Amino acid sequence: MAQPSTNPAAPPRITANPGPRTLTGAQVIWNALERQGVEVVFGYPGGAIMPAYDALPGSSIRHVLVRHEQGAAHMADGYARASGRVGVCVATSGPGATNLVTGIANAFMDSIPMVAITGQVASTLIGSDAFQEVDFTGVTLPITKHNLLVTRVEDIMPAIKQAFYIASSGRPGPVVVDITKDAQNHSYEYEYDPAPVRLPGYRPERLPLPEQLKEAREMIMASKRPIVFCGHGVIRANATSLLLEMVHKTDIPVALTLLGLGGFPAQHPRSLGMMGMHGEAWVNTAIQEADLIIALGMRFDDRVTGNLKTYAQNAKKIHIELDPAEINKNVKVDLPLLGDLREILRLLVPHLGRVDCADWVRHIEELKGDSAVRDIQDLPDNGRLFAPHVINDLWRYTEGKALVVTDVGQHQMWEAQYYKHDYPRKLITSGGAGTMGFALPAAMGARLACPDDDIWVIAGDGGFQMTAAELATCAQENIKVNVAIINNGYLGMVRQWQQFFYGGRYVATPIKSPDYVLLAQAHGLKGICVKSRSDVRAAVDQARSNAETTIIDFRVEQEDSVYPMVPAGADLDAMIRRPKPELKSAPHNPIFETGDDK
Amino acid sequence: MNGELQTLRTFVAYVEDQPGVLNRIASLFRRRNFNIVSLNVGRTHEPGISRMTVVVEADDDKARRIEANLYKLVNVLSVEDITKQPNIVRDLALIKVKAPPEKRTEILQLCQVFRARTLDVGADSLVVEITGTQDKIEGLLTILAPFGVLEMVQSGTVAMSRGGIGDAAKSIAQEKPKVAVVA
Repeated sequence: MAQPSTNPAAPPRITANPGPRTLTGAQVIWNALERQGVEVVFGYPGGAIMPAYDALPGSSIRHVLVRHEQGAAHMADGYARASGRVGVCVATSGPGATNLVTGIANAFMDSIPMVAITGQVASTLIGSDAFQEVDFTGVTLPITKHNLLVTRVEDIMPAIKQAFYIASSGRPGPVVVDITKDAQNHSYEYEYDPAPVRLPGYRPERLPLPEQLKEAREMIMASKRPIVFCGHGVIRANATSLLLEMVHKTDIPVALTLLGLGGFPAQHPRSLGMMGMHGEAWVNTAIQEADLIIALGMRFDDRVTGNLKTYAQNAKKIHIELDPAEINKNVKVDLPLLGDLREILRLLVPHLGRVDCADWVRHIEELKGDSAVRDIQDLPDNGRLFAPHVINDLWRYTEGKALVVTDVGQHQMWEAQYYKHDYPRKLITSGGAGTMGFALPAAMGARLACPDDDIWVIAGDGGFQMTAAELATCAQENIKVNVAIINNGYLGMVRQWQQFFYGGRYVATPIKSPDYVLLAQAHGLKGICVKSRSDVRAAVDQARSNAETTIIDFRVEQEDSVYPMVPAGADLDAMIRRPKPELKSAPHNPIFETGDDK
Repeated sequence: MNGELQTLRTFVAYVEDQPGVLNRIASLFRRRNFNIVSLNVGRTHEPGISRMTVVVEADDDKARRIEANLYKLVNVLSVEDITKQPNIVRDLALIKVKAPPEKRTEILQLCQVFRARTLDVGADSLVVEITGTQDKIEGLLTILAPFGVLEMVQSGTVAMSRGGIGDAAKSIAQEKPKVAVVA
């Protein structure tokens, strides 16, 4: 029996067991990965991982040669998010491994199943400060779900099996397997052990007690102003259809976290959109007025809650969550239900009925009216190109069906607001870590998971330049993605904070870009520059029909800001609103950052 | 939540006896900003399994999160907060005290009151061993201070619940048959 619990989406392709044979550790690595159903890895060779690379041609696994190991980690991350499977990256010891660190930390913050295979100096040299030696299990201790240092050839296969099991089960996360060069070089009588992984200290499964489910049902049915929170866990647990069923039965409105977008259809009448720092005013106001919050697979991040002391004071809270360490971490909850979200909803939803909340739903609809007059989509076109328009147009021209991968910053928030995601796993974004440079490589990873999707990178001019070297990887590996650069000549989100909170002193935020059309051409790719809204559609259509990766350089309004905004640490309903159309100048802003700003 | 009463909490944890496990636990406490008051690790009667006693300052909520976070470590087998159970808590201290021949008898008599054992008698000093609670050790120290304490070393706290087998130990005992089947 293969490991059914390790990777349900990817049954191992090799079922016949050829029996014992002499293999090197390097060969065992690829064989063990093949056994886990791995089809592609993202990596970069180097001294301590050379034996493994030497054995790669004997394997069925495709290797994508990146330009920087950070790109490899983000590609594995994007692959994992798009497919629901485990993404794999490979690097050598020392600087190769440390270049993965940002990507591993990013995956850790967003609970992404990833396995990073790194070479390590020979076991006899460990601790001697050998060339390219870095204590990588030490470095990654706080940013991995688990890590393993393998020094003996016979431990490689069990370590890789464990890594995949741990990475993909329970609350997922990255696992590092650091393999010494001598372990890769040595041979032994290898036979794949198909027995399930057994770790006595690791018990990812749990279910709430029946009386807790009954209590949850009673709290939900008795509520008058309930809200469901849809977090990343809804998507990870494949619970989107159960959530939809829950809403159809109860009529409770749904607010979403950034990583939860797509977990509930954005165009559904009960969808309130994203909550938190850049959530719409009606969402955050509704949260503050709610009498019951049913939080599904989310962790009350500070970007979601604002000031904890005044957060949702009127609401009882039910927290349905897989990780017990998340309970009462930021927000004290009245009823925690621990376990797999899908299983819990399966047990809970059949016992729910219509909740008496029609007045509440009507009240929230009224709140929306005030926002509509401020919405930039409803402002008259003044001929200039605004980023929210570009993103909303992109949504329309791609019929809302694209797989969008964003970077971090203003464009990311505009994407969350103006690209309406109706389907899960069609938005890939760096939430917890907020890693600039994530978008391009993550989209490339997503491309290998989803060969038929219309994949769009949306990135700022700052973040894009951080990992733009991966354009060469796109060219060499024939990886086609569409790239929309929201180019405003600034590190826009920092500029916005400087405008609001630092007296408009734009320190180190104006940023120069290369000519992106020429940059694309230099890589043998295509580039288009768009300066007015009337040219958006043609450029989008052109990019989609091009066979190669195409960059569109959208020259947008330079000093536009993301509205509404809850300043860090402020009360959730203390928002800076987009000025109403009659206001000609930028508003004087009385809100300053609070002392416990993060 | 942070305003609640912080008291000393005693956790018992069984962990796999593997390189780096102590580092993982220490790293977890540092990263989550849990302040360790005392930490002790040692072998148990089960081969390959170590037992830790960790004393931490925490309120009820924090104590629960510490337990939950410890469980997330793959090498941690079981955890139990024994603070609120009847329990036995012991520290061990070695104290080297200045003891010229004319003071020796007086010091030895005081040590007897505390049931401290004399381990070494030198020309001008004594080494005594005391086991007990932190209070008792501090009591002896106060008494010996006027004579001149030359050196002192103290182990971390070790703790065990009174009565039958504790929950953490029980879950280890239950694991045993499965291990045997695999072997």
